Amino acid sequence: MSVDQATVRRIARLARIAVTDEEVPHLMGELNAMLSFVEQLGEVDVTGVEPMTSVTPMAMKKRVDQVSDGGYPETVTGNAPMTEDHYFLVPKVVE
Amino acid sequence: MTDLTHMTLADARDALKAKKISSVELTQAHIAAVEAARPLGAYVLETPDQARAMAQASDEKIAKGEAGPLEGIPLGIKDLYATKGVRTTACSNILANFVPQYESTVSSQLWRDGAVMLGKLSNDEFAMGSSNESSSFGPVASPWTPPNWSAENAKAALSGDKKGLLVPGGSSGGSASAVAAGLCLGATATDTGGSIRQPAAFTGTVGIKPTYGRCSRWGIVAFASSLDQAGPIARTVRDTAIMLRSMAGHDAKDTTSVDRAVPDYEAAIGRSVKGMKIGIPKEYRVEGMSAEIDALWTKGADMLRAAGAEIVEISLPHTKYALPAYYIVAPAEASSNLARYDGVRYGLRVPGKDITEMYEKTRAAGFGPEVRRRIMIGTYVLSAGYYDAYYVRAQQIRTLIKQDFEKAYASGVDAVLTPATPSPAFGIGEKSGADPVEMYLNDVFTVTVNMAGLPGLAVPAGLSSDGLPLGLQLIGRPFDEETLFSLGEVIEQAAGRTKLPEAWWA
Repeated sequence: MSVDQATVRRIARLARIAVTDEEVPHLMGELNAMLSFVEQLGEVDVTGVEPMTSVTPMAMKKRVDQVSDGGYPETVTGNAPMTEDHYFLVPKVVE
Repeated sequence: MTDLTHMTLADARDALKAKKISSVELTQAHIAAVEAARPLGAYVLETPDQARAMAQASDEKIAKGEAGPLEGIPLGIKDLYATKGVRTTACSNILANFVPQYESTVSSQLWRDGAVMLGKLSNDEFAMGSSNESSSFGPVASPWTPPNWSAENAKAALSGDKKGLLVPGGSSGGSASAVAAGLCLGATATDTGGSIRQPAAFTGTVGIKPTYGRCSRWGIVAFASSLDQAGPIARTVRDTAIMLRSMAGHDAKDTTSVDRAVPDYEAAIGRSVKGMKIGIPKEYRVEGMSAEIDALWTKGADMLRAAGAEIVEISLPHTKYALPAYYIVAPAEASSNLARYDGVRYGLRVPGKDITEMYEKTRAAGFGPEVRRRIMIGTYVLSAGYYDAYYVRAQQIRTLIKQDFEKAYASGVDAVLTPATPSPAFGIGEKSGADPVEMYLNDVFTVTVNMAGLPGLAVPAGLSSDGLPLGLQLIGRPFDEETLFSLGEVIEQAAGRTKLPEAWWA
């Protein structure tokens, strides 16, 4: 399988990464090199093989559903590019 | 002072304990060495004041007889580990000004045990790479020089674009370069597909990727969560064993960390390997493998045989599919993990006319080409219509790779011996062509271990005909790092410790 320029733009959109017109052909070449490399996986018979979900067999750990940390909003928002009154600021999303 | 920076971690520990040296003088010698080696680019941030204060505190503890297992030992920390109040960037522009408000579990355990932090070490951006060339701080040079280069040639290249100098490997290139150059007694590193073992092999140092779940991943910048593991790089097998004991252990903050006791790994050094069965997987004799690597591998098997181990040929039939399967699983997980860098809660933000444009511009400006490429391929293989064909199939193949190892271990094999890399170190700028797969092939021998969650140790075993270090890899049963340390010690003793380069850069 290989990707065309329209697919490259669609993937970039899904990944939320802006790409310029000049970058698209270059990216297409790189992505197709990777896709052609992984193509050989098609020759493996995987009938009845469980897909791996956990490399170390272990029971999922659970914890009590209660607050265990917090109460320091300055610290939490300390690295944010834009904040106001301990809220993260983003461009308007609802009209 | 040079002597202090070329001691083994174990010798420094013993000398500190015996009060033959102080941590302040040991640390000061390293601070000076780090400053003199700035052109190598191993450190992306130096923390000399913090180092001196920690060393002072260590000396006081030693005086009071309260020394921890790593008391007063100066270490470097890969810039993927969050360090409280100390800038942590993952060597990406998207985190260029990120100052964590918390400490990673693994580094906090090193400080708990008395270690001293010298600074943060370079790596490939988000640990994606095998040469340390994708770091936002620029490439890191290996202290090893290319064959037939004079110190003058090397110094001239170092003050320019570094082209032609050797890569230290990656992604933990800063860690490996710093350890090999005497800029710390040991360093933390991380390994997702070979990022501890390949740089160790390229620089004549020792590195271990422990079993998945042995070390907590909490506070380490995530790349591919089902493959990432923390581990040490140091100058001897014993030194890595000492460091791993402090780094390992259960952490409630990482649900994949395993709740089992941490052994005294150092006690495994020198243990007899007599009667151990060592598997030589025939599938690792890959097409086009150099005669030199093949000879090194045979030499390694001979060393273990001479120590009383039994060498048997084994088959790991799905080996050749590990690398392509990895290049589906790892980018898929990366695309998900790196979704958090959106310009809202931390990191770079580039304004846009609406929130989507802000995301897109922020991520285009913040991520370098390799990271962007991997996010995009990961996004593609997880997208509607391709998920089963790519992602599910890759995870099925991962099961088969793990079963290959399980069968070998069930047949009585105690560990597996392979080459660590298909070649010695290459030059900076040499593999930056249009085909990213060329670089990926560096990890052909190491990536299987991450896919199967097993421990893997890289140990220097000799030099190439050009005089560059070559390493062997030992792969163990889950949570049997001790056997790897015993076997690694045998190879280190038989091969003789690699003589590391003199400080031509200073």
